[in-house]
Amino acid sequence: MSGEILTVRDLVVHRGNVPVLALPALGVRAGSVLALVGPNGSGKTTLLQTLAGLLEPRSGVVALAGEPLDSRGARAAYRKRVTLVFQEPLLFDTTVRANVESGLKLRRLGAADRAARLADVARRFGIAHLLDRSARKLSGGEAQRTSLARAFALKPEILFLDEPFSALDAPTREALIDDLARTLQETRTTAVLATHDQLEAMRLADTMAVLREGRIVQSGRVAEVINHPADELVAAFVGMETVLEGIVTSCVRGVLTVTVAGRDVQALGEARPGETVLFGVRPENVTLALEPGRDTSARNSFRGAVVRLAPRGPILKVDIDCGFFLTAIVTVRSAEDLALQPGREVVASFKATAVHVIRRFPPACG
Amino acid sequence: MRRIYAVLATVVLALATCAVLGTHAPAAAAENTLILATTTSTQDSGLLDVLIPIFEKKTGCFVKTIAVGSGQAMAMGQRGEADVLLVHSPAAEETFVADGFGLARRLVMHNDFIIVGPGADPARIRGTPSAAEAFVKIAASRALFLSRGDNSGTHAQEQRLWKAAGIEAEGQSWYQQTGLGMGQTLNVAAEKKGYTLADRGTYLALRSSLGLEILGEGDPALANIYHVIEVNAERFPKANAAAAKAFADFMVSEEVQTIIGTFGVETFGSPLFFPDAGKPE
Amino acid sequence: MDLIWEGIKRALHLLLTLDREVLGITILSLRVSLLATFISLVAGIGAALLLALNRFPGRRLAIALVNTGMGFPPVVVGLVVTIVLWRNGPLGFLELLYTPTAIVVAQAIIATPIIAGVSLAALQQLPADLRLQILALGASRAQMLWLIVREARLPLLAAVMAGFGGVISEVGAAIMVGGNIKGYTRVLTTATVMETSKGNFDIAIALSVILLLLAFAVNALLTHVQQRNRQR
Repeated sequence: MSGEILTVRDLVVHRGNVPVLALPALGVRAGSVLALVGPNGSGKTTLLQTLAGLLEPRSGVVALAGEPLDSRGARAAYRKRVTLVFQEPLLFDTTVRANVESGLKLRRLGAADRAARLADVARRFGIAHLLDRSARKLSGGEAQRTSLARAFALKPEILFLDEPFSALDAPTREALIDDLARTLQETRTTAVLATHDQLEAMRLADTMAVLREGRIVQSGRVAEVINHPADELVAAFVGMETVLEGIVTSCVRGVLTVTVAGRDVQALGEARPGETVLFGVRPENVTLALEPGRDTSARNSFRGAVVRLAPRGPILKVDIDCGFFLTAIVTVRSAEDLALQPGREVVASFKATAVHVIRRFPPACG
Repeated sequence: MRRIYAVLATVVLALATCAVLGTHAPAAAAENTLILATTTSTQDSGLLDVLIPIFEKKTGCFVKTIAVGSGQAMAMGQRGEADVLLVHSPAAEETFVADGFGLARRLVMHNDFIIVGPGADPARIRGTPSAAEAFVKIAASRALFLSRGDNSGTHAQEQRLWKAAGIEAEGQSWYQQTGLGMGQTLNVAAEKKGYTLADRGTYLALRSSLGLEILGEGDPALANIYHVIEVNAERFPKANAAAAKAFADFMVSEEVQTIIGTFGVETFGSPLFFPDAGKPE
Repeated sequence: MDLIWEGIKRALHLLLTLDREVLGITILSLRVSLLATFISLVAGIGAALLLALNRFPGRRLAIALVNTGMGFPPVVVGLVVTIVLWRNGPLGFLELLYTPTAIVVAQAIIATPIIAGVSLAALQQLPADLRLQILALGASRAQMLWLIVREARLPLLAAVMAGFGGVISEVGAAIMVGGNIKGYTRVLTTATVMETSKGNFDIAIALSVILLLLAFAVNALLTHVQQRNRQR
């Protein structure tokens, strides 16, 4: 794996006189995509704008390929090497073509180069047929495609994306995420994406950093963060759909038995019997069947009734009442096979390894 | 589209540049500029439009004529903001000179004030020889009287007449102050069918559109005398003393006095002003 | 009504025969007002950009002052400019009183807050992040300001119209600082006042008609540019 293209050390950023961001260290590897996740107000946008050279940090260093942005001039030069896509498309009141070319003109690229890059990004984002249209007459999705095309036309060394899909409806968002994922991969663009949607992060990012109140509370590979949330807030935020509270009844050789609503759930972990713990089950780790399966590796198997079906793009989110609520994710296809509908009785199974136990008071297992 | 803005901007800039550079200002040399503070009556009559070009041609001096009331003209003189005055408020002029603001006050011309009013003459002043007596009648009948109220020479003259009549007109319901110039005050009087005191020149110039009649004239107290006064350059070093003297000399010169005597005859059938230069006060 | 009809006929006559004095007055009015508008445009849009894009102590006060300035009585401006430009006043050495330049100065002071106020409103209509987006595309500060102004160009044209309309029709300050000197500082408005006071109502109406035509022509031109852009 190549080295870090963007490095951050001891960064402190203020808004007015209020410190809003404090990062001891952060790095982005060349060619990788980093997702910054966190609730609103956690500092994602501030961090992104600081990394993009738009905000001046109170102290600390942001460096691109080892060159620190330590002056106005350095930041201005840096801004010609990276770019940022905002939540709103922020297009100019002119044609789509002029919008896509606008950054290239600002960077004083010749007409021939501009035309070549325009053709390339217009094809990638499917806006070739819109080039002569006024940017005012675009739908939300078309406008955000134009904004992304404008950014990719610059061939930025790092692309910053600030929740670029959050203003779009679900089908538009799904199609655009596909195009963005493909383009990121094909162009091997280094990117930093702020989002509060963990599915977006899973589909686009390699690594993930969770921000809360201006600090990074956890970072690592996306799967690592999602499957091993550091605390309950991370768990809740990275999309652990089922977070339950139970009492540990036994702890035998790393296998815990936790009683929830009169039912026993087996999990891997360490805790004292009698201790109250939180635990999470990721919905994609819950499988549904009509009868108890022969799959012996799933230690947990509960009979329950479907409460609710919620479509989420190509998948369905299913809530099941089995004394406690469990959430599962199934494909539309298997939902049809199981004839899922509210009231339908099913068996929900998940492995002990899929249960992530979060101890509220972390003293060691006795 | 960007081109349109470029063209627009260029046009505006070009026009703008013309405005600064292209003003046909003979005033380029400041020492050759003369500020003449005078009364609206001399400007409104059109007399200055005839005299000023002659003076400018003769001397190469550019005259800035600021037409205001006699009161304001003298106030400008007192601050050194004018070089020469052509005014008609003798009592104030004497104070002005006595206080050291002006030099060489010279008689130029006169015409006369007249009392005008509606033909119906509700105060029955027609034929009253004394102006003060006519004012007494107006006050007694509480007929509407319009005053300039602007400290002009005409206003000063009017206040003198009220004083002579022994009447405190100000504050009375029938006594209204316009605060406007002579021409506009005459128009207000015509609209409201009121009396007013006017200089003959302005009245004659406007007569056709007014419908007001001359109801009182001929009293020596109604003389409207114009003097030219050079502002004291010793007090105000920035005053253009040479040009001021040249203008004052010009106004009392034989050539100008002749023009004054004939000005207006062609249009109104009688002169608007009577030349007085050299005559005793 | 006869008078107005006579005035219109007189106006046409004066225009068609290219009466030298009227032509001079008209051209001077146009020049003075255009220059004043241009100066106000630079100063007003500059001030609006400063106020719209920056946060600094006293900004709210400055905005309040601009908004007050939009309704500033022209005669007060005229009076203050007169006192300052008096030859014994603080800027008397410039010898500007009773010159066309003095009218330009007074009119620019009158129009600047108008243009600044309307421009500020226009700039504040733009998305808050647009400035950052432009910088993120690699713009220098000057390029950013230019693109911001270009984005607000249609409402900014309205600001120009408001400013020009304010100064070409202004009379109080023009007569005070210009002095209504024949052939030098006599503009359409001051000439109209003078002709009215002389009782030459037909000429006064003729001058008014010319003033209206002028204001209309300039605004029609700007409106045309504005609407053409909007339809694109």
